[in-house]
Amino acid sequence: MRDVTSDQESKQSKWSMVGKDPYSMPIEKIDLSHPGIWRANEFLPFMERLRSEEPVHYCPESAVGPYWSVMKYKDIMEVDTSPHIYSSEPTIGIVDSFEEFILPAFISMDPPKHDEQRRVVQGVVAPANLKNLEGLIRQRVCTILDELPIDEEFDWVERVSIELTTQMLATLFDFPFEDRNKLTFWSDAATAIPGGGVVSNQAERWEALQECFAYFIRLWNERVNEKPGNDLISMLAHGEATRNMPQEEYLGNVILLIVGGNDTTRNSISGGVLALNENPTEYDKLRADPGLIRNMVSEIIRWQTPLAHMRRTALVDTELGGKKIKAGEKVVMWYASGNRDDESIERANEFLIDRANARQHLSFGFGLHRCMGNRLAEMQLNIVWEEIMKRFHKVEVVGEPERVYSSFVKGYMSLPVKLQPLDWSGSAR
Amino acid sequence: MQAAVKNGVPGIDADCGGSCSCATCHVYIKEEWLDKVGQASPTEEAMLSLSSDRKDNSRLSCQIPVTEALDGLVVTTPEFQF
Repeated sequence: MRDVTSDQESKQSKWSMVGKDPYSMPIEKIDLSHPGIWRANEFLPFMERLRSEEPVHYCPESAVGPYWSVMKYKDIMEVDTSPHIYSSEPTIGIVDSFEEFILPAFISMDPPKHDEQRRVVQGVVAPANLKNLEGLIRQRVCTILDELPIDEEFDWVERVSIELTTQMLATLFDFPFEDRNKLTFWSDAATAIPGGGVVSNQAERWEALQECFAYFIRLWNERVNEKPGNDLISMLAHGEATRNMPQEEYLGNVILLIVGGNDTTRNSISGGVLALNENPTEYDKLRADPGLIRNMVSEIIRWQTPLAHMRRTALVDTELGGKKIKAGEKVVMWYASGNRDDESIERANEFLIDRANARQHLSFGFGLHRCMGNRLAEMQLNIVWEEIMKRFHKVEVVGEPERVYSSFVKGYMSLPVKLQPLDWSGSAR
Repeated sequence: MQAAVKNGVPGIDADCGGSCSCATCHVYIKEEWLDKVGQASPTEEAMLSLSSDRKDNSRLSCQIPVTEALDGLVVTTPEFQF
């Protein structure tokens, strides 16, 4: 396996746009793929300039090679719903070099293979099945929230967002609870940039994944001999369409479910707390009417856009927004930009928990690859906020969040908070 | 779909706003109306196939233009939208 990281790392300073004025640099130099501006939270004005001046933008040179950026809601919709023109193969990642990750996962397949494979597993996260798990998830959310300190600073990401999503994953898989932190590690390792803190090189990353595979094969073998249960592994092991699936397909799907269900929800839980703190009027609205939670959850998912982009590859020469895209070229849909496009979303740059049509956002993608776990994510966030509002007057952000160094996973490493109890009577916000 | 959304009919989410790309305006057409409503396009078929509640009389309501001929059409909604 080739270690491409050191190569990329050395290019990073050259490519970084941190601290640069988005409006004075030559437009072709704008490179949203570089993680620097995402960690520094400086990406918005760059996206805004591209949306207004060159909504389908070609970046001829970057650390990840040349690529097209699609910035407007409607253009993104067109790309996402045209799999015959814009392929998900060989990968949906902006970096070509992670292809050694060869397990069959339908996120990076086109029809008809995508449709067949997805059909096999989509039932496991369908709302009808989620109903069976709701009680247990709520109970675990309550325990986590009840153990938090009041009026004392702590890291919301570590104590709540990571703990909750890890426990929820463990619940969904009926994964041995005492081993649940392995799930978080495997998930982080699967998407990690070696050297970025999770794993130091590709060999270590592969070792983590091997451990994951062995563990899940053991779980399958146990469950297949037990009575059918409500957990995802049991459903796969007993389901008519899935019980004979090849092992590598099972593992590919397990990884997809672990990764897909982990940091996206984690970062939306943190992002909601931050958004409400930055928009105190909205927090007031929520306290006045907790019935807004369902609508707010959609708005949080739009506002956070936990995956900033998805990549496609043009299969044929085509045209988009007046630009000629050639077969084989890399096309990146910036969901994070489309979700701020005020030609398609009214007052797109405002966080409004009671907005009309809050569900019409790009964060889940559209078309055949639309997020399979979208209902699960919404259910988790609904439960979290219902239980938060029963317990706390405010989850108060008391310091700067630390953001993830990635132009793909848009999220938080830490978020310092203090909790104000329900009967809180202080005067400061 | 537009009629359902404008009149606040529960169970029609219509997340994509009517462009056949989210499968959250799924309805079941009452049998006697199936002929008049017509057939789903391949794109619609593909989206419908993503729903685990898919039945023979499933359609995405955003792909059914309401005409005079459909006056009186009866549809039901699944328990869950995808």
